[in-house]
Amino acid sequence: MKHPFKKIVGIAATVAGLAIAGQSMAETKVGFVYVGPVGDHGWTYRHDIGRQAIEDKFGDQVKTTYVESVKEGPDAERVVRKMAASGHDLIFTTSFGFMNPTLKVAKKFPKVKFEHATGYKRVKNMSTFAGRFYEGRYVVGTAAGHMTKSNIIGYVASFPIPEVVRGINAVARSARAVNPDATVKVVWVNSWYDPGKEADAAKTLIDQGADIILQHTDSPAPLQVAEQRGVWGVGQASDMSSYAPNNQLTAIIDNWDQYYIERTQAVIDGNWKSGDTWGGIKSGMVEMAPWNDAVPADVVAAAEKVQKAIVDGSLHPFQGPVINQNGEQVIPAGEVLDDGALSGMNYYVQGVEGSLPK
Amino acid sequence: MSFSLVARPQPSKLMVYLSPLLALILTLFSGFLMFSLMGIDGLDALYAFFILPISDSYGFSELLVKAIPLILIGVGLSIGFKANVWNIGAEGQLVMGAVAAGGVALFAYESESIWVLPAMMIAGILGGMAWGAVPAWLKTRFNANEILTSLMLTYVAGLFLSFLVHGPWRDPEGFNFPESRLFSESALLPIILEDTRLHIGMIIALLVVATIWILLSKTLIGFQVKVVGSAPRAARFAGFKEKGLIWFSLLLGGGLAGLAGMIEVSGPIGQLVPQVSPGYGFTAIIVAFVGRLHPLGVTIAGLLLALSYLGGETLQIEMGLPQAVTGVFQGMLLFFLLACDVLIKFRINMTQKASKTESVKQEASA
Repeated sequence: MKHPFKKIVGIAATVAGLAIAGQSMAETKVGFVYVGPVGDHGWTYRHDIGRQAIEDKFGDQVKTTYVESVKEGPDAERVVRKMAASGHDLIFTTSFGFMNPTLKVAKKFPKVKFEHATGYKRVKNMSTFAGRFYEGRYVVGTAAGHMTKSNIIGYVASFPIPEVVRGINAVARSARAVNPDATVKVVWVNSWYDPGKEADAAKTLIDQGADIILQHTDSPAPLQVAEQRGVWGVGQASDMSSYAPNNQLTAIIDNWDQYYIERTQAVIDGNWKSGDTWGGIKSGMVEMAPWNDAVPADVVAAAEKVQKAIVDGSLHPFQGPVINQNGEQVIPAGEVLDDGALSGMNYYVQGVEGSLPK
Repeated sequence: MSFSLVARPQPSKLMVYLSPLLALILTLFSGFLMFSLMGIDGLDALYAFFILPISDSYGFSELLVKAIPLILIGVGLSIGFKANVWNIGAEGQLVMGAVAAGGVALFAYESESIWVLPAMMIAGILGGMAWGAVPAWLKTRFNANEILTSLMLTYVAGLFLSFLVHGPWRDPEGFNFPESRLFSESALLPIILEDTRLHIGMIIALLVVATIWILLSKTLIGFQVKVVGSAPRAARFAGFKEKGLIWFSLLLGGGLAGLAGMIEVSGPIGQLVPQVSPGYGFTAIIVAFVGRLHPLGVTIAGLLLALSYLGGETLQIEMGLPQAVTGVFQGMLLFFLLACDVLIKFRINMTQKASKTESVKQEASA
């Protein structure tokens, strides 16, 4: 340093550098553990959109990371723990099978906040959240009931857990509300993401006469089969119309953006609290993609009317009487299944064919 | 000009053992190239992949936790592969071991007896053996191809476990979610390093590796395994019972896979879930071959493969690279290993004129 001025500039730069470094030390780190690849165009893809929403909203204030395609089981615990140990303040684990691993790590890292999707175990630093996707399914079921000619609605399902059963039942109830002859046929693929199996299941359902295919699996494969075979399909988790431009009836879109931003904000503000959040159409966590242009206007109107009724609370997809497959009344008219009953649903309602795998 | 592979009369013994190392070096080099092409500092990425995951004691313990099932299954399979018994269904045998051991744990729920764990261990081994016995019986009785039967039984085992955790063994307080109760304390493997998940299974795995090593090098059955594998005709002249070896290989491989299943459910998982293994039974096939079917080699290969998973996760967290990188890495390692093997057993023969005239002739006659 020959010139004193240069020296001052140098010191200033160093100080500024330290200041920036200090700031970045204080940035909030948010981690995501995904069960599928971010490119599944369904479940994990939408969670990753939520992650990007955090980045867009908070900019340099927040740094996000993710690990994709994490197997449910011991691997999950290692990944969650690695995130907790590497300075993450808030960690989202977005599959049911991550529940116990997340819980184990949460107990060991009391200062880190955890958010687990679709589970039911909570502790002081572990929240749960889920979408009321059955509301979206109920809307779709209304349209499906009107649209089906064969009166058979096909359903590609993942695992027979309450969340999935709720969706199937919601479709059966709304379809039969407008078309008492409608039935729902279910094929279980025992996977959240397996394009090959999902496509095979869709083909089987179409061969059995289904002319509308719904899915509770994460890849666009069933929808693509629907497009090829010229029957209706319904996009899962995100608008999948690019995979079936002619035959996507609509799609039930998961929108985590708002929730993720709120929870991140809460961590930054220091007022994060453990809780259980179920967001539906009203809160914006569940959205409907635009209806296909080929859907008749009166069908769209009927579906939108149902959607509006769900939002304003005048209609609940599981309002009594709820009658199970065996004809037994679960609750009488005038009552509504509460969240506890919904989260333990282990029976089919009338209109669903076959028996629930036990 | 054309190339053809000509068998070397005597493959270099040294190279047979060096080839995994050579493959590793080539993988590192290509990995470096790949990262550099992606615009990432190659050295940083390799560091994050190979060193960072095991840079602290917790990371190292996780490496061992991940490697234990791979090593256990790998050594079991290597015996069979040596004897030309192709047990591809270790995954299913693992699952049945987990089911049997988990059954004991659930039966003894809230029991505090110290006999729960030993009983689970025996049940796990027997469960895996039973599942290995089916292809052994089909092979010896009907000459059914064990590759197909053992592989297909994997799916049966997976569905059986799924049936159990969705039905009779479902946690009664679990809101119908498909998983069993969490095992009681007495059914969980003791942790040997505090604040980690490293459990006593590591000691069991080391004992198994040592036992198999002795078995292979010092006992008659080990000798038979080697002879049958390298010279089946000679083995027949010597009067070795081929059927006996088929039974032995599948029961041993199945038993060790079952033990691995028991260790997984009573160790890191702590309950029965629909998927108790992320494919350890299949990865162990790779481990067995990368480890040259030798107990020590399998141990090293198990650690290496385990590291590749941990490294993949670290790359994602630290550098934001996609998970596919892990797959590419494992693929490169295998590719180079196989390529090295081919070049050790064969040499490339370049023929210029002869082959040309030959191909012309062939064309003319066609």
